[in-house]
Amino acid sequence: MSTHISAGQLARYATGTAGPDDADVWGVEIHLESCPDCRAGLAGRLDPGTAALVDRVGGGLAGALGPAPARRRMPARLHRWLAWTLLPRLAVVIGALTAALTLELLMPEFPSPVLLVAPVAPLAGVAAVWSRRTDPAWELITAAPQSGLLLLLRRTVAVLATLVPVLAVAGGIAGASPALWLLPCLATTAATLALGSRLGVPRAAAVVTGTWIAAVAAPAVLTERLPVVLGAGSWPGWAAATVALAALVWFRAGDFHRLASRY
Amino acid sequence: MIRAVPAAELAPTTWAHPVRARGLRVRAGRHLAVDGLDLSLGTGVHGLLGPNGAGKTTLMRALATVVRPAGGQLELLGRPVHERDGDLRTVRRAVGYLPQQFGYYPRFTVREFVEYLAWLKEMPKADIPGAAQRAIERTGLTDRADRRLKTLSGGMLRRAGIAQAIVNDPAVLLLDEPTVGLDPEQRLGFRELLRDVGTDSCVVVSTHLVEDVVAACTEVVLLHAGRLAWQGTPEELAAAGAAGHAGDSPAERGYATLLQQHRAERGTDA
Repeated sequence: MSTHISAGQLARYATGTAGPDDADVWGVEIHLESCPDCRAGLAGRLDPGTAALVDRVGGGLAGALGPAPARRRMPARLHRWLAWTLLPRLAVVIGALTAALTLELLMPEFPSPVLLVAPVAPLAGVAAVWSRRTDPAWELITAAPQSGLLLLLRRTVAVLATLVPVLAVAGGIAGASPALWLLPCLATTAATLALGSRLGVPRAAAVVTGTWIAAVAAPAVLTERLPVVLGAGSWPGWAAATVALAALVWFRAGDFHRLASRY
Repeated sequence: MIRAVPAAELAPTTWAHPVRARGLRVRAGRHLAVDGLDLSLGTGVHGLLGPNGAGKTTLMRALATVVRPAGGQLELLGRPVHERDGDLRTVRRAVGYLPQQFGYYPRFTVREFVEYLAWLKEMPKADIPGAAQRAIERTGLTDRADRRLKTLSGGMLRRAGIAQAIVNDPAVLLLDEPTVGLDPEQRLGFRELLRDVGTDSCVVVSTHLVEDVVAACTEVVLLHAGRLAWQGTPEELAAAGAAGHAGDSPAERGYATLLQQHRAERGTDA
């Protein structure tokens, strides 16, 4: 866009004495087309006769054209995150967390159910954000330039942003350290995305959830002892795993550009 | 509405054909649906004809860069898209695609959907509302622009699909079965749109309606069993028809004749 039109030039344009040749007028008009501020300035400099004419024509047009298309109250941005697909899944996860918290409060000596559920809580939502089955416009999205790892990350962040406050409340009531629910949560999410580059995200989410239940949650319930991986000193391990898996995801970014039949 | 033409659109192209395939092989599941296809498409409207299972949809998906070819070369707008780590963003910005199974978000209005797709196609934010309105007008959906997609009939959905495909003024427009569900009058309007878009971009229309191809296309591409069976103008297609063959129009007879010839040749090859 060119620089703004000077007040003098605008006044000359408004009164029809713009300049020696048409080229100056074109320059002014091209700028006016793209600059609301200068248009407002021009409106203030019109002589009364022209202003009355503009008002009359504008008023007539406004009646003939009907109202401008109504904007819906809910912004389209909210739709972008597949909100309607995610809501039921998130509701189920929040229900499961509430149940775990109730169990934790009723049976304080039992290995913390909230800590056992928290790491796999986001995976049900993450599975839905990059799947042929849950996203009806999947083929259109895959063919778009925005498609790829960044779009997947945007959607994953939306899932995490919804669930982390819920986890924070549950963890706070249960008295668990944030390092013990947040870091495992991020690590399993990163593992799902890393594995998803080869298996497809929904299948990867199933594999990670299954592994967690078989290797950590089930033994903890059977032995009634909190596993070592969720012990107080385990957080550096989780942090390192998160960083390593996130780096792996970044490295495999090219795998998310295409539609594979296994998705 | 007159659109400002940026300098990038006036720059000379550096490729001979917007779409160029050499020995292209594409898998659909485990099956090799496109098997050794050589194809060059220039500016104009190209009708992709062929029997069911000829590989039309699989070829369209490969052209839309949705699936990666299993072998061979595929260049779109002079850029290779068959490589594993190729840069697809630049090509995808210039491609419009209507899939055969057009999936949509039922709660979106037509305008929201077209604007969302324009955003996904990385159009400048300021251009999106105008471009969406223009695409909606060109497909004749102006009076339904603020209706939700789930309230639209099949033909209107198809037109909404065409609107999202043309919203970014694509240099390569891929339409897979676009006339399904359109009534005769809408089909006439659609052919008009095809001719309009095809004057300065490469349009590929996959269909099994021979009359659509004859009426709206500048070139016919006949596929059979994943290979190119024949390529020529609609007039040549009509002229190829032998009187004894099945079909109610010269073009349909030409289609049947050429297909049979190709089958006979392949039979002697094998």
